[in-house]
Amino acid sequence: MAHAEAQQHPIVAHVEGQQHPIGIYLKIWGLLFVLSTASYLVDYFHFQGYLRWFLIILFMLLKAGLIVAVFMHMLWERLAMVYAILVPTLLLMVLLGIGALEADYTFFTRGVFFLKGLF
Amino acid sequence: MAQASRTSTAEPLALPEGIQGIVADWSSDQRAFKNVPWGKAMMWIFLLSDTFIFSCFLISYMTVRISTTEPWPNPSEVFGLTLFGKSIPLLLIAIMTFVLISSSGTMAMAVKFGYEKNRKMTFILLLCTAALGATFVGMQAFEWTKLIVHEGIRPWGNPLGAAQFGAAFFMITGFHGTHVSIGVIFLLITATKVIRGDLDHGRPGFMTGRKGKYEIVEIMGLYWHFVDLVWVFIFAVFYLW
Repeated sequence: MAHAEAQQHPIVAHVEGQQHPIGIYLKIWGLLFVLSTASYLVDYFHFQGYLRWFLIILFMLLKAGLIVAVFMHMLWERLAMVYAILVPTLLLMVLLGIGALEADYTFFTRGVFFLKGLF
Repeated sequence: MAQASRTSTAEPLALPEGIQGIVADWSSDQRAFKNVPWGKAMMWIFLLSDTFIFSCFLISYMTVRISTTEPWPNPSEVFGLTLFGKSIPLLLIAIMTFVLISSSGTMAMAVKFGYEKNRKMTFILLLCTAALGATFVGMQAFEWTKLIVHEGIRPWGNPLGAAQFGAAFFMITGFHGTHVSIGVIFLLITATKVIRGDLDHGRPGFMTGRKGKYEIVEIMGLYWHFVDLVWVFIFAVFYLW
């Protein structure tokens, strides 16, 4: 079977499954702790406005990236696999944009409607 | 195309890397996901669909939160804890975050020891992961009790402000908590298989003729890390917003 042969091929780095030194998991674990503490401190010190948003999104994406890349081994998968999983999630950006536009519009019409009710 | 990829299976296929690799992997009647067991590929595809479900929840939450004219309850205060007479904002949620991240760490190491066929360490680490997951669910139960009984928060309204707060909160954290609970059950099943030696002897699993292999620990791990991943997003957009 092609499968069995592919596993013996030198390009395929892993003989069985994903084997990496334990140190990398411990380091990523530590990093995730640091990043979580940092995002907690954003709330603790009451950062507001764009700074708050920037920091929250930054720490969120860094944590998500570390988990997917190292803990879920995406870093070592073949590109065909990585793209099949990660590219479709980009579509969610469209949904996010539509949601934000629609929500702003709803907020605006509610404002108009409630103001009219006063007169 | 100028170049044709070889597809004969009589001898090992050369596997091109990069963009060419994507084209070659997806074309010519081949297995698209080389060197990945199909169980793992299917778990990834399930997780992709689950990503869309959680995104629907989180984006809907964003939509109702932006569009409401009522003030949104301040999560920093709602989820605060009072310790030694001093109220600390968001403390419970911070502890839950650390618990879940730690469970992800032990899970990652369980996968590593699994592929090394170290049964005892894999078993211990899987049990640690399950214990941390159960702790997380327990703390969530505590949080829900506090909100329902003491704060009077309901899915259809609450005394603190926007009615949508309860609906979004119970839906999102409830769905995530269900994922954690199911994960804990499957972690215990996987741990049992590991310590019994099912995976060393290739004993078929429940309701399947497939031989047990250590790849099921990694597949279990993918699900568990995903649960942690979702929490990262919930923590950021629900609790820190």
